[in-house]
Amino acid sequence: MESLEKVLIQHPFVEGLPSEHIHLIVGCAKNVVFEPGKYLFKENEEANSFYIIRSGKVALEIYSPDVGSIIIQTLGEGDIIGWSWMVPPYQWRFDARAVELTRVIELDGTCLRNKCEADPGLGYEIMKRLASVFEQRINAMRLQLLDLYGKK
Amino acid sequence: MQVMFPSTFKVQRFIKETHDTFTIELKSLERKNGFNFEPGQFNMIYVFGVGEIPISISGDPYKSGILVHTTRAVGTVTKEMAKLKKDDIVGIRGPFGRPWPVKEAIGNDVLLVAGGIGLAPLRPVIYHVLANREYYGRIILLYGARTPQDILYKKELEKLKSRLDIDIIVTVDRAVKNWTGNVGVVTTLIPRAPFDPLNTTAMICGPEIMMRYTIVELLKRGLPKDSIYVSMERNMKCGVGFCGHCQYGTEFVCKDGPVFTYKEIEHLFGKREL
Repeated sequence: MESLEKVLIQHPFVEGLPSEHIHLIVGCAKNVVFEPGKYLFKENEEANSFYIIRSGKVALEIYSPDVGSIIIQTLGEGDIIGWSWMVPPYQWRFDARAVELTRVIELDGTCLRNKCEADPGLGYEIMKRLASVFEQRINAMRLQLLDLYGKK
Repeated sequence: MQVMFPSTFKVQRFIKETHDTFTIELKSLERKNGFNFEPGQFNMIYVFGVGEIPISISGDPYKSGILVHTTRAVGTVTKEMAKLKKDDIVGIRGPFGRPWPVKEAIGNDVLLVAGGIGLAPLRPVIYHVLANREYYGRIILLYGARTPQDILYKKELEKLKSRLDIDIIVTVDRAVKNWTGNVGVVTTLIPRAPFDPLNTTAMICGPEIMMRYTIVELLKRGLPKDSIYVSMERNMKCGVGFCGHCQYGTEFVCKDGPVFTYKEIEHLFGKREL
């Protein structure tokens, strides 16, 4: 657990949190490895965790019957995956597939959500950090939608 | 006014790069010493009977015998250019413009950020820094394309990826499952790109919106404004600052640019009136 804490405190997501909050988060965390091709989660499954990628690459995908799986975005080392654990009805909206051997810290969303409910200070800090991830992803997604390199 | 007269070049090779981009390799019929240019400069290419347009040079600056241009068939002249065949003749005026800062970057990490066809004007920089590898720190190319099928110079990039002295990271905006590379806009690659922000020269080329957001990410990483260079695109006609078509504030893109530091044009960048 101590080594997991060491890894976690270096990540921007928990940077600046007081040690008691970090202890609470670490209590919900574990190391997990995904072989290439394995899914971290699939669309419509219950969302009860989120992930910090330590190494590897994960593709966020959506399935279309006529095209197959369309990759919306890939995420790599240091990225965070998943906020559906925080938002009712707690269901994944996309598939997340390991493109290569991927090591993650998996955080138990239900455990963390309960701790956030019990400690609004922690809850606010987590929401601020998630909001920053949302902002980056939304900005990137908006640029992606512009089809910048298409014909003018 | 010799600069206003095109000299003639013969098409040596026509290469179809993607469904809408192509490269032409040209040989001078008049210049015995070949064609010398600096990375980032452009030529005015005259397709006889059709018109003249500015296109960046995308070949190796150390191979003066051959002049290389890559472009996309999108307008009247480039659509005609796309029909060129071996031995066809075109007119060339140039080279024009301020080049990429390959001399100023000596001793620094070199970060190249390209979007779409914007890789073409940066390719001479890649040739230059690799030919003078010992003078530079890390060399990183971040390249964003629309789809895997739209990646320019695909084979060449694959070859470069096998080198240990350059980091090439490619991302596409859209892909399906068999693509194992990155998906997402090129700006998402910047937070983790391996360069030292205080000792890096960044050169950006692509659509202006992409360059704006790339600059935002580079500033977040701590790059000084005068270490960020962009290549601007405006309506260049004469190539030497006479006609004024490409005026950009107090600057002429053809003569004072097309390469500028962000610090020089920060006050103009993104201005809708310009």
